[in-house]
Amino acid sequence: MTNNDNEAIQKITTTPLDDTPDWTFELLGQYQQEIARVADFYRLDTYSNQIEVITAEQMMDAYASVGMPIGYSHWTFGKKFIQTEQNYQRGQMGLAYEIVINSSPCISYLMEENTLTMQALVMAHACYGHNSFFKGNYLFKSWTDASSIIDYLLFAKNYISQCEQKYGISDVEATLDACHALMSHGVDRYKRPQKISLDEELKRQTERAEYLQSQVNALWRTVPKKKQPANEHKYKFPKEPQENILYFIEKNAPLLEPWQREIVRIVRKISQYFYPQKQTQVMNEGWACFWHYTILNHLYDEGLVTDKFMLEFLHSHTDVVAQPDYNSKSYSGINPYALGFKMFIDIRRICEHPTEEDKEYFPEIAGSNWLDTLHFAMENFKDESFISQYLSPKLIRDFKLFHIHDNSDNNYVEIGAIHNEQGYKKVRQNLANQYNLSNIEVNIQIVDANIDGDRALTLRYTPHNGVELGKSKDEVLKHLHYLWHFDVKIIQESQSGEDKIIARCPQKNKDD
Amino acid sequence: MANFIDRRLNSKNKSTVNRQRFLRRYKNQIKKSVADAINQRGVTDIDSGENIVIPKRDLSEPFFHQGDGGIKDRVHPGNDQFTTGDQIPRPPKQQGQGGGPGDASDSGEGEDEFTFSISKEEYLNLLFEDLELPNLEKNQLDKLIEYKTVRSGFCAQGMPSNIDIVKSLQGSIARRIAMSSSKRKKLKKLEQELLLLNNDKHDHIQQERELTSEIKTLKAKIAKIPFIDTFDLRFRNFAKQAVPTSKAVMFCLMDVSGSMDQATKEMAKRFYILLYLFLSRTYKNIDVVYIRHHTQAKEVDEHEFFYSQETGGTIASSAIELMNDIICERYSDSQWNIYGAQASDGDNWADDSPRCQALLEQKILPKSRYFSYIEITQRAHQTLWKHYLQVEASHTNFAMQHIKSVADIYPVFRELFKKSTRTVA
Repeated sequence: MTNNDNEAIQKITTTPLDDTPDWTFELLGQYQQEIARVADFYRLDTYSNQIEVITAEQMMDAYASVGMPIGYSHWTFGKKFIQTEQNYQRGQMGLAYEIVINSSPCISYLMEENTLTMQALVMAHACYGHNSFFKGNYLFKSWTDASSIIDYLLFAKNYISQCEQKYGISDVEATLDACHALMSHGVDRYKRPQKISLDEELKRQTERAEYLQSQVNALWRTVPKKKQPANEHKYKFPKEPQENILYFIEKNAPLLEPWQREIVRIVRKISQYFYPQKQTQVMNEGWACFWHYTILNHLYDEGLVTDKFMLEFLHSHTDVVAQPDYNSKSYSGINPYALGFKMFIDIRRICEHPTEEDKEYFPEIAGSNWLDTLHFAMENFKDESFISQYLSPKLIRDFKLFHIHDNSDNNYVEIGAIHNEQGYKKVRQNLANQYNLSNIEVNIQIVDANIDGDRALTLRYTPHNGVELGKSKDEVLKHLHYLWHFDVKIIQESQSGEDKIIARCPQKNKDD
Repeated sequence: MANFIDRRLNSKNKSTVNRQRFLRRYKNQIKKSVADAINQRGVTDIDSGENIVIPKRDLSEPFFHQGDGGIKDRVHPGNDQFTTGDQIPRPPKQQGQGGGPGDASDSGEGEDEFTFSISKEEYLNLLFEDLELPNLEKNQLDKLIEYKTVRSGFCAQGMPSNIDIVKSLQGSIARRIAMSSSKRKKLKKLEQELLLLNNDKHDHIQQERELTSEIKTLKAKIAKIPFIDTFDLRFRNFAKQAVPTSKAVMFCLMDVSGSMDQATKEMAKRFYILLYLFLSRTYKNIDVVYIRHHTQAKEVDEHEFFYSQETGGTIASSAIELMNDIICERYSDSQWNIYGAQASDGDNWADDSPRCQALLEQKILPKSRYFSYIEITQRAHQTLWKHYLQVEASHTNFAMQHIKSVADIYPVFRELFKKSTRTVA
């Protein structure tokens, strides 16, 4: 499909859609139809939409289960629900207008309290913005399988509730707690995962349970002998350091029950499902904001929505993409909605009305077809690369971004760069790094499992820029020990080049 | 393509399970919070739930994260004064966002407390977990049965005052119709015959005369049927239905003599609150009778009970006697489950203590479900305690405990009412 996109949208005189504050399903349908038409005009490719209207309480439920439409039972979700409910009732927070789930069909929740305008905004934002991002972005394509996630979550929920009945709530809870503590270490960052599919999962599960059972039997037959671990590398195991701790546990923990391995796997798979979302927050939200803004303005230009509608819409939109300054009371870091939205708007500007500066910084996109460029950017980047590729000097000036260099050896912090000619690249690089997952999450890998001896597990922490491992390491280690059953310890290379134990479980006397 | 689905009517409380899991997980902390809360409560607000406070630290879920030190590069928006190379003293450590009033904790880091509400039901369940109603098993064996009279149709016999006029008259009509029907049929036939004869051209004087006399006898017979008969009478019937009684009366006995100070009374009050809460779990209607005493006992209202000050000596038996009088007068032990709770600082006129023991053993305990005595004092026990010890030895529905400080109340309460493992024969 080729569009002459620069062609101004013709102002057609049409009767505008109803703009009463109260929505009806009929009106939602009309708006949805118009939004879908415009989205199609801009080549937004989406999964089919399933739009569910829910109450505020149900929205809090959805919050509590971190957006999983079907979640297994665990106390942490109960805690989150109570927290959300409290904050909501005290008026400390409003609820999000929508929640959207990366699934096919793409499920979006609309809250019944929203006005008609808000529902239209949400539909454009979630059902066409986020939805097309889920379908188009390379990370989502390679890490998640939208068509099977709902089935998988259902499988997980049922499996865990069966386990609770068979093995007791406390044991299942302890296993889940341990897995949750290691949840962010359940992904192979540099390997593409297999996609999860329910049928395979079920088949594989029975197969493996049988296999494991047979292993157990084999162990019993050889009781008088020393227990032989499955793996035969005598000297070094694992051969390579393993960053996917949960995977390693699932496959190698010697004393885990089969059902516990399955739970480890479930948590690992869910962690994998959320992995792309962590890395594309700015882009994902920016993309969705850009499109609700563009689509609704398009409808306004066509005369389909009224001034009243637009004023209410712009009011909400402005709130969402506001960026408080560093010294403002409400400042809590960079607002991904604001940064993402402004960046996509800015890319369109660079394409349509490039300045000399833009031509110098972005020779390849200045003056190009904006829609092609935007789609390309959406499909092929994650936050880190997106920022380092597309953050323009103009935006740095608009946001008045500045870089602070904080070295704990000094008793002061230093301004590394500001929004000037010398600083643009440095600011951009540092901002991009801020979204680099390997800078945010700690680098901790399994380096050794002593399979011939005491089966102790050794992890190595490699600090990034000399940052220490956070205090909760001992607690996490207890959880790891629960899964591994034998000694676990974390080592870190000290300044003199020797490995030093920084944490171990169970705790031992210092003199070892 | 889009489908709209209205989920608003879906079942609510999807996360109830998770909430239960949460309560289960933090049961110990929550219980502690509940125990703290009971000390802050007035008698009147037993109908509300409770706010539970748990330190956030206990709730956090650990994960590997970056700690202090090293080099950190951050980018912030809204530069209004800085140029490259500026050196700024390190700002104090940020307290995350929100900045609500957090309690400083001993660990040095700011720490919010996690507060949430539990419902009354959840509150009471936690409060009375592991506790059982004293003598519950026995109670069920000789459960107090109260009879309630209910209407149960009509019957043919009864007292004149219970005659149901409408039913009786309906019976009368029915009987009269039934008894006269054959005669009236015959009468009708004869009358028709008579009419035929009258219209006939010929005279049938003899026959007419016979018919007329027959009609006359029939009419007389019909008239002779009585208007009402004992057979017609219907009486309203009543039956007695057994209703297990849900009534309980709780006697609060307290020494208000000069030796009892306000703090001691407050402690006693908490004990009564607990008892009341506890009983209200089982009984629908609970009467509370407050009896305070020094040398004389007096029935008073709640406010006077707790807050008015008296001076004088102490004769505890006066209160027990008054309790007995009130039971006889108003709370028959066949209809009420009677509970007694006596609080005192242990002071009693020495010669009175044996009398208390006798009164309890002979009059009160046979009628009561349970009688508990708490002594709130820092000093050594006196005669009352010693005599009560004898009572305790010989009666299963009597318990006594010693309370020293406010913190003792809840454990002592649990001790008093803990699930008994012994089986009551």
